[in-house]
Amino acid sequence: MKLEDNGTIDALVDAAARVLALPIEPEWKPAIRANLQITLRLAAVVAEFELPDEAEPAPIFEA
Amino acid sequence: MQPWASAAEIAAAVAVGTTTAVSVVEAAIERIRERDGIFNSFTAITEERALAKARAIDAARATGRPLGPLAGVPFAVKNLFDIAGLATLAGSKINRQRPPAPADATLIERLEGAGAVLVGALNMGEYAYDFTGENVHHGPSRNPHNTAHMTGGSSGGSGAAVAGGLVPLSLGSDTNGSIRVPASFCGLFGLKPTYGRLSRARTFPFVASLDHVGPLARTARDLALAYDAMQGHDPEDPVCAKRATELTLPSLDRGFGDLRIAVATGYFRAGASADALEAVARGAKALGVTRQIEIPEAARARAAAYVITATEGAALHLDRLRTRAADFEPAIRDRLIAGAIVPAPLVTTAQKFRRWYRAQVLKLFEDVDAILAPTTPFPAPRIGQQTMQLDGREVPLRPNIGIFTQPISFVGLPGVAVPVPLQPLPIGVQIVAAPWREDVALRIAYALEKSGVAAAPRPPQ
Repeated sequence: MKLEDNGTIDALVDAAARVLALPIEPEWKPAIRANLQITLRLAAVVAEFELPDEAEPAPIFEA
Repeated sequence: MQPWASAAEIAAAVAVGTTTAVSVVEAAIERIRERDGIFNSFTAITEERALAKARAIDAARATGRPLGPLAGVPFAVKNLFDIAGLATLAGSKINRQRPPAPADATLIERLEGAGAVLVGALNMGEYAYDFTGENVHHGPSRNPHNTAHMTGGSSGGSGAAVAGGLVPLSLGSDTNGSIRVPASFCGLFGLKPTYGRLSRARTFPFVASLDHVGPLARTARDLALAYDAMQGHDPEDPVCAKRATELTLPSLDRGFGDLRIAVATGYFRAGASADALEAVARGAKALGVTRQIEIPEAARARAAAYVITATEGAALHLDRLRTRAADFEPAIRDRLIAGAIVPAPLVTTAQKFRRWYRAQVLKLFEDVDAILAPTTPFPAPRIGQQTMQLDGREVPLRPNIGIFTQPISFVGLPGVAVPVPLQPLPIGVQIVAAPWREDVALRIAYALEKSGVAAAPRPPQ
C-alpha cells in the first residue's frame, strides 16, 4: 500500500467522499489524511500476518 | 454515613437501620451539587426519581420486606446508558436532539432491582471514541487527584464521580479500554467483563464487535457486588451470553494460593513507564509471582482492534457524518471520516486475525489462571497534553493510552483494573483471566487490596 504518498491518500479521500456523499471541508483534510495513514499502516501490520485461506473471520464472536 | 463509605457498607447500614436510603441519597446529591463544579462529571442529576426510589426502600424496610444487596447505594451511569425520560447523549451535541429514552437500560434495571439508586448521568468522551475524558461540548471531566489532569476515557465522568467521593459506584462502557483506563488514571477498581457477559441493551453503541459494559468502584468487593447483581441473559442484547449467573462474591476471599499467575512480558513491558512497571512489580511481589508469559502478537492484536474500531465506528455514524459533520468534536469527526474510507478487505482480515489470536490466547489459559499487566503505560497526563516521554522518546499521547487494554478486550477477556496508589498519581494493574472467569480476576483484586498493595486513594479535599 502506498501510504506515505500524501497525494495518493488525498485522492482516495476525495474519491471516497464523493462516492459516500461525505461533505469534507478543505481544512479537515490534513487530519483526515493523517488518521487514514495511521489506520492503513496498522491494517498493513495485520494484513502482512499470514493466515490460511480457510481462516474464519470472527464477526460472530464468542469469548 | 460517612461520604467515603463503600457500597457494601451503605447497604449493610441501610439493612440494619443505622441509616436510611433517603439520607444516603440526599447526602450524595448534596455532594454532587457542592463538588461537581470542579470534577465536571455529571451531565444530569435524577433527583426526583432517586428520592422516590430511596423512599420506597425505606418503606420496604419499615414493613419488614427483604432488601436487595445494594439497598440504598447511590450510583450513576455514563450518559450512553438510556435513562427513562432523558435523551441519551453518548457525550455528543448531536444526540441532545434525540427523544427522551422510553425505558432504562437493562443494567440500570438490574442494579435498581438489587436496591441501588440511580442519581444521575455522567460525562464521557464523544461517542466513546476517546481515551482522555475530554469533551468539547460539556468540558473535560477532571481527575479528583489533580484536577489539572485527565480522568482518562471514555468513561471519564464514571471515573471522576467515584474517585471524587460523589458516589461509590458507577457504570461505564469499554470498547478498547474505556472502563480500565479511567480506573487506572483515577485510582479505582474497574471491571470489564467477558464479551457478552453483561447486557448492553438500551445503551448507545460504538463498535458492536468490541463493546462491553461494566462497573467502577473504590473496592473489589463493590465491583463483585455490582457485577453479581447485573449478570444474566438478556434477549434484548443479541450478543448477551445464554449463560447462568455465576456469582463471584462467595469466592472473593478464597485467596490466591491455588491460582497460577504470570506477569505479561514483551509488548506489555516495552511501552510501559517506570511507574507502570513499579505497579506491576508490587502486585507480583504481593502475590509471589515470578513466572513471566508472552501474549503472542499483542501488537498486531492492538492494530486489528484499531482497524475494526475505526471502520465499525464510521459505519455507525456515516449518516451523521453526512448531515451533521460540523456538530461532531473535530478530532473524532476526522477519525470517523478516515474510518469510512478504509478498504473493506482490511477489515475482514482484521476479523480473521482476531479468531486466530483468540485461539492462541485461550491456549495460554491452559497453563495459567491469570495474567498481570499494566493497565495504562503511564499515570494520568495533564488535560490537553499531546505528547508523552516514554523510554526517552517523545511519543504522541492519545494513541498510546490504550496499548495495554486493547489486546485484551479485542478477544473479550475479562479484566479487572486495580489501583496502586503511587505518588503523586495512582496507576492501575490489569488482572486478566480466561473467558467467564471474572471470579478469578476479582479474587486476585481482593487479595491485592487486602495486602495493601492495591487501594483506591482518597484525593486531597
